[in-house]
Amino acid sequence: MEEVDVEPTTTLIPGVGLKQKHVGFEWGPGDILVYETNFKLQGAGSGGPGFPFVHVVRKDEDIYSPILRKLFNESHHIFVGLQNIKDDMPSKNKKPQFVSVSKNYRSVIRACMEELQQVAVSTQDTSLVAQYSNQVSILLAIELIWNLCEVLFIDAAPAGILLLHLLDWVRLHKADVDEKVREVLQSESPTHHHAYWEVVISFVLQGRMDEARQILMKQANLQPASRPIYQLMDSLLQKMPIFNPGSTQTLTEFDVKWRHWHEECDRYLQDNSFASNRHLETICKILVGDEDTMLEHKELLGTWYHFLVSRLLFFHPTVKPSELHYYAQSSMDMFLDSRSAPEPLDSILLAAFEFDLHQVIKDCSIALNNWWFVAHLTDLLDHCKLLQSHNLHFGSNLREFLVLEYASGLFSHHSLWQLAVDYFDHCPEFGRVYLELQIERVPLETERKALKVLRICEQRQMNEQVRSICKIMAKRALSNNRLGSALSWSIRAKDAAFATLISERFLQDYCTRGSFSDLDLIDNLGPAMLLSDRLTFLGKYREFHRLYGEMRFTEAAKLLLSLMTAKIAPRSFWMTLLTDALPLLEQKEVIFSVDQTHELMFCLEELTSDNSETKPERPAQDEDIESTKLELLRLALARNLAMAIVKEGTVEA
Amino acid sequence: MFVARSIAADHKDLIHDVSYDFHGRRMATCSSDQSVKVWDKSDNGEWHCTASWKTHSGSVWRVTWAHPEFGQVLASCSFDRTAAVWEEIVGESNDKQRGLSHWIKRTTLVDSRTSVTDVKFAPKHMGLVLATCSADGVVRIYEAPDVMNLSQWSLQHEISCKLSCSCISWNPSSSRAHPPMIAVGSDDNNVTYSGKVQIYEYNENTRKYAKAETLMTVTDPVHDIAFAPNLGRSFHVLAIATKDVRIFKLIPLRRENATSSGPTKFEVQVMAQFDSHNSQVWRVSWNITSTLLASSGDDGCVRLWKANYMDNWKCTGILRGDGSPVNGSSGQGTALSAVGSAGAQSQNSVVGAASAGRYFFPHLDPPRAGSRLALLLPPPSLIEPTCETDHTHAHQPPQIRRRYTPALPTQPAEHD
Repeated sequence: MEEVDVEPTTTLIPGVGLKQKHVGFEWGPGDILVYETNFKLQGAGSGGPGFPFVHVVRKDEDIYSPILRKLFNESHHIFVGLQNIKDDMPSKNKKPQFVSVSKNYRSVIRACMEELQQVAVSTQDTSLVAQYSNQVSILLAIELIWNLCEVLFIDAAPAGILLLHLLDWVRLHKADVDEKVREVLQSESPTHHHAYWEVVISFVLQGRMDEARQILMKQANLQPASRPIYQLMDSLLQKMPIFNPGSTQTLTEFDVKWRHWHEECDRYLQDNSFASNRHLETICKILVGDEDTMLEHKELLGTWYHFLVSRLLFFHPTVKPSELHYYAQSSMDMFLDSRSAPEPLDSILLAAFEFDLHQVIKDCSIALNNWWFVAHLTDLLDHCKLLQSHNLHFGSNLREFLVLEYASGLFSHHSLWQLAVDYFDHCPEFGRVYLELQIERVPLETERKALKVLRICEQRQMNEQVRSICKIMAKRALSNNRLGSALSWSIRAKDAAFATLISERFLQDYCTRGSFSDLDLIDNLGPAMLLSDRLTFLGKYREFHRLYGEMRFTEAAKLLLSLMTAKIAPRSFWMTLLTDALPLLEQKEVIFSVDQTHELMFCLEELTSDNSETKPERPAQDEDIESTKLELLRLALARNLAMAIVKEGTVEA
Repeated sequence: MFVARSIAADHKDLIHDVSYDFHGRRMATCSSDQSVKVWDKSDNGEWHCTASWKTHSGSVWRVTWAHPEFGQVLASCSFDRTAAVWEEIVGESNDKQRGLSHWIKRTTLVDSRTSVTDVKFAPKHMGLVLATCSADGVVRIYEAPDVMNLSQWSLQHEISCKLSCSCISWNPSSSRAHPPMIAVGSDDNNVTYSGKVQIYEYNENTRKYAKAETLMTVTDPVHDIAFAPNLGRSFHVLAIATKDVRIFKLIPLRRENATSSGPTKFEVQVMAQFDSHNSQVWRVSWNITSTLLASSGDDGCVRLWKANYMDNWKCTGILRGDGSPVNGSSGQGTALSAVGSAGAQSQNSVVGAASAGRYFFPHLDPPRAGSRLALLLPPPSLIEPTCETDHTHAHQPPQIRRRYTPALPTQPAEHD
């Protein structure tokens, strides 16, 4: 079941394993905690010395690099754009789009690489330099592989154009020629510069004939005696046919023309036209595709894949995609000496030349330390429908697996997690579940952040997460005694029990302080008031106070009475309500009608009959105050009743 | 992977458990020194101890956080035969300024007559429910009916497992199709030939937990057990720490008739089994999305396991103390420690580089020892000549990337 392949890497934890042999651990959001312990201990403490450290082990450091963060941000835009390319568009029209997406990804990599390089140069800290250098070399490798995949898979150029693309690829990644030529040209005597011929040959190997000719001209001008052979070489270089996809020329016509030129070069070589100048003879040998001569310039080629492309240029410029793998393998074998094994990058490029996509993705996953590359490349290849056509039945699974891995990594970062949301959105099988599991773990340090997370959940109808976030915030606000915030969060969470509890707290606060806090919130509850009975009461009771404050006594009185008769007010609060009625009863004009006064009296009796049964053991002093209050109320009610009868009788009459 | 930070925990005896809170901003540690400490992470990533108090009168085995919906609540269990529930209360403002917090004991659960070996809060959709297990073989399930009053806990269920219990795990699935479920592991050495993992399921009709399954194939002592997050699947995944690491798949079988009140029956499959620890395994735990499983064993290693998209499991990384004896094959690690401080950073990142992708695909040629091995790409204009690298790299861990020396601005001057 368990396959042994690569030995997993070991990370050493300093200072652990000296006293005890076990290592305890705990998973965290982006890290894992480890500590020294002894699991065998089952009794009392060891009594030994302390075990002082808990170590935070982190998985991925790239995510914390501010420059790579740009890579993540920018590629996120490209990714989202790619997902929005319509499926129903004919695939013919899509290819240029995919190629341009691929180029966009690569330009983001390039920009990032350049920035890293600049920072590396200007940094003094050696360990930082090493880190940046590492990242640059990784990005270079990524860009190189990506570019080749773009040529071979996405653009999928046919014979003829294929070689042109491969030449561009080699030129882009072997740019040291340009540096060298600048150096040569800037020297006092370019033609005598030690690197003069290296530059010329490098240009020829890359098929940059015009540039090679320009440099050669300098030499020719200085040596009038050998001018004829320079001119001969110049014309050979000038005449070299280059396939032009824009013209009407067919591939066969080009091939005939090329062969003709090739034979001409060969003729000059055979009749020793260049025998007097070994440099020109070397160039001529390259032109006829002499592999040994090319291999003598290994250091100018640098890599086997440069050799491959140069070899094709001068030997088989109309190479078909299906023939590539043969040339690639043999070029690699010829270029690398027998004792050195190919490196991961070599195998990856070779797999690409063999059109083995699966192998490319597999090897990249193993050799590279981040999921960024494989996730984005695989996603793009999947959009190009390349994974199916290569008979990988698990096409979409592979893409989703890699995208999920990448996005999960982003989620452990304090700000990048927002990018991950879009990646999860585009994973049809597990994206939603992953998002649910990850997003509820996002720390809600501030209300603002909580609202941000909440909005993401609401947009996706993630009701359980919405409820949970609101509930956490409500609970936290309550324990910090921020009642208003707690109430509004629990209303958002639609948590009736909690809203009841907080309303209760509001009412208690009112009873002790005689005023409400968070008036804005309570005044504007609206329909949210109906969430719980107690909340309804709180809202209505506050409304009563408002009406009273605005001197709208009749309405206030009606509301107050209805709070009791409709059983909205809890029984425990009735005495407070009746006491609130006192000033209304004491007003000069009659506010409570006869019927209303009767109802008030009925409420009071109901309350006192209850009280006498349920609360027998009250302190005597309280009892006194209570009975005085009752007397006052009864008196006020009786007086109001009398006045109301008189008033109502008068009006009727 | 690399050690980003080391926190001086300052416990006076062995640390037995470290527990992150739900959001990973706080952690709790517990120790044989009978105390629990709570740590808070500041914005710059540093950890500060904000509370430390004596919790029990014996070694504290486990500490665990309740879901933040219930507030800041911890549970601990101890050799002193009790479990306890703690709640943070917002203290005086000057405490806050000093970066301290107050934890008060809400309840002590004293029903066990032996050491309480594990304590776990149930998934939040069940309410505030806590399970404990103890060496006397009883799993107890407590509930706080009023989440605003944590001093009242009632013992709802007592499940007698007949074997000394070492660990419990709640099934986290909140699907209506899955009734509450708890798995119990036993480290009982006296009974040899019986299954050491039992799974109990809540029955709506009888309102009791009933045994649904015993994993008969697990007969060696079990020290830890962990259900994976459900990911919306119909089946359950359970990891077990015994003489090896095992991952089981529990597929609920369709009931014969819907009204049947018996417990769910399962088809049990072994998804993976790893004996790389070569010895007793003590802890297993899943990450948030259950894409990684970590295990810790007698070999002094924490191993990380990962499945690829075709469900092939691989060890993808090892964490080991630098003081523990080297075991044969992982000589790579020792080479690492020998690297000087200047190179340490890049070496670390090289290890990190290798770890990410290793497990991804099933068949892979092992890396050959030697210098050219993992050197990835010569950034042409940037690298130093590689001719002499053969012997200098020979004793270093395999490198994925070639290094380059950035051109110093002063260098080209001689050509002017």
